[in-house]
This record gives sequence, structure tokens and C-alpha cells, in this order.
Amino acid sequence: MGIDRRTFLQLAAAGGGAVFASSLAGCASLGGAGREFHFVQLSDSHWGFQGPAVNPDPRGTLPRAIDAVNALEEKPDFIVFTGDLTNTTDDPDERRRRLAEFKQVVAKLDNPHVRFMPGEHDASLDRGEAWKEFFGETHYVFDHRGVHFIVVDNVSDPAARIGEAQLAWMKDDLSRLPKDQPIVLFTHRPLFDLMPQWDWATRDGAEAIAMLMPFRHVTVFYGHIHQEHHHRTDHIAHHSAKSLIFPLPVPGSVPKREPVKWDAQAPYRGLGFREAEPDVATEWALQEYLVSGSRA
Amino acid sequence: MKPARRGFLLAGGGLALAAAGVHVSAQTAERVIPVRTYKFAFDPSVIELKKDEPVILELTAHDVFMGFNAPDFHVRTDVVPGKATRLRLVPDKAGTFTFLCDIFCGDGHESMHGTLIVT
Repeated sequence: MGIDRRTFLQLAAAGGGAVFASSLAGCASLGGAGREFHFVQLSDSHWGFQGPAVNPDPRGTLPRAIDAVNALEEKPDFIVFTGDLTNTTDDPDERRRRLAEFKQVVAKLDNPHVRFMPGEHDASLDRGEAWKEFFGETHYVFDHRGVHFIVVDNVSDPAARIGEAQLAWMKDDLSRLPKDQPIVLFTHRPLFDLMPQWDWATRDGAEAIAMLMPFRHVTVFYGHIHQEHHHRTDHIAHHSAKSLIFPLPVPGSVPKREPVKWDAQAPYRGLGFREAEPDVATEWALQEYLVSGSRA
Repeated sequence: MKPARRGFLLAGGGLALAAAGVHVSAQTAERVIPVRTYKFAFDPSVIELKKDEPVILELTAHDVFMGFNAPDFHVRTDVVPGKATRLRLVPDKAGTFTFLCDIFCGDGHESMHGTLIVT
């Protein structure tokens, strides 16, 4: 749902003050001078993955993306990883080794504001226990320039549920917000039933979406499906991000959900990250990047 | 069904299944198909069904807690080690459909799926 500039400026004044208003002034399109607020979304790095047929450079892909983020013309206000930082393992010690190594690798990001959330590969086998040792809480909120960000954990429950306790926490948080408050959710799995046959869903995601419906400016950024995908549930936009290890097929395009094979003629194809910034026409303007740092 | 048989089913898991929204067969005439789960596969992985013929999938977990989900028919259940779980399925359309484990169960979980062929 688009809103006009005047409305958005009014919202900013009411919900976020002059800082958000000034951030909107220069953000009608990406790449323009004077941008004051944008973030970078990285996702699904699957540190520890081994599978030469789909990525012969599993330990080099994430560092390449980090170099590309560090080289962006304008430093993002913050960076968010939307889950599956590591590839799953049944061995709890190996899980911790991968998380520790991942943390060391991403410490090279030239930005003090990096936020994390788990994916099912990180957290589903021990309900987030190891992940919390390295990164803290798996769900939390923060505010930035008038936007309210909610990080929702739909992976620590191996049944892909947000769960009653977290839904109650979310309801309480939302109860304090005006209905015109700009809201962004970060999740790992899609909240809507994108393709349950491929495990691309959240069992109680509809409850979260219903809770968000009264709010007029809601956007969800997620990972999990290893490709860019855009969807709307009524006025709520849902944007998935590319992976940093291997792409997955377009939903329903093939019988089985298998990683797309590496193409030596086009290495790293289908991998990348994105920038997002408030936009008067689309609420969030997105710019996709390849891991090389080139614009996609 | 004889009262004694009904009592056995309820005591043996029927109450829990009802609470989970799982349909338990009330008719002994319905075909029962045993399905075994283990890391990380279903056995059998291909199940052939007739359109509109109700069947009972009798699921047993060999090792760890699993899930059985057939999204195209809106049925699912947990599969708990140590007991048989019965899931009633009425295939109301013909075709080839995926079923999957929907409980993240280990490093081979993502390959744990099977096929329903309904003719």
C-alpha cells in the first residue's frame, strides 16, 4: 500500500518526530544523495555448509558479501541478519563452533549496529539454547528514526510456531502503538503460507498477521526461502531476501525443493543482499546487490 | 465398534489425538496404512490412494519426534516415539501431492518428504 508524502510526513511527526521526517525528505528513490536512513538485510549464510555442487566456496561467500557491504557508498544505519547464520548439525559442540566462527567472520562488518535473529538451522534442534549463548534473545524490539522494528522468532520451536507466549508479548507491544505507527517485522520463516509443501510457512503465522492488520503501515522482511520474493497479505508487504550460500527454486517450479546447482559460468549467481529505506510511494524501497557488491 | 474396543482407543491415545485435531477412525472398515518414520525418511515414501476413499495412516516413529503433514489435504499430526498415531485422510482430489515432516528433526530434515498418489 502506498501512501502520499504528506501523510507519511504527518506519520513521522506523530510517531517518530523530526528525525524520521528528515529521513524521508531525501529518500524518494535509492541512490540519491542525502539519504539519511537505510538498513542492509543479509540472510541464510549457513556457515558450516558443505556441498561443492551447489557452492564450492562456502567459506568465502559470506566474507565476500561482508566486503561488499563495507564498500557501500553510504554506510547503512544498521545491518540485520534474518536467520540461518549457520548450517544445522546434530552435534551441539559443532553447532557452537559454527556459531563462534560465524561471529568472528561478521565482526569484520564495519558497522557497530548489527542485529541478529536465528533460523531453524541455528535454533530448532535445541530451542535456541546455543544461539542465545552467542547472540542473546531471539525476539526483541527496537526503534529507529520513527519506525518500530519487531524481531519475531518463528524457528526456536521445531514445529515452526511463534508460540502463545511470544504472541502475547507481541500483542502487548503492539497495544502501545498508534495505528498509524510504521512497523517492520523481521522473521526467518514467511508468516504466510507461501508453500507449506516445502516447509515455507509458520504454523501460527496467521495469528501474527491478524494482530498486525489494524496497523496501516506494516512490512515484513524475512529469509528462509533463499530468493527474493514479494507478496502482500492485504495491505501488509512481505519481502524475502536472497541467501549467501545457495539459491532455492521458485516456489512450485520443480517437484522437489533442492538447492540450485552452482554455475561455473556465473559463480555466486542468485546470491546477494539488499538495502531497504523508507519510500514515500512504496513505503520501503529495495535495492538488491550481488555478493560482489554490484547492483542486481 | 464394541465398547471395549472404543475404550481401548481412547485410553491409548484417542483423547490426545482429539485434542490435537486429529480424526480417529470410528469404522473398522477403513483401510489402515502403516507408515514408519525414522531419520530422515518415511517408509513407505510413496503412498497410493483412491480418490474419496477414507484411509487411516498409522504412523510410528522409530527414533525421534517427527511430524506428518499433507498440506494439500489440510491434515497433520505429531508422530511420537513409542506409540502409534492414527490420522484419517480422505483424499478429495486426484493427483500427486507432497507430504513432509514438519518438525525440524535433524540435519537431514529437509529431505524428509514423500508422495501421495491419488487416482
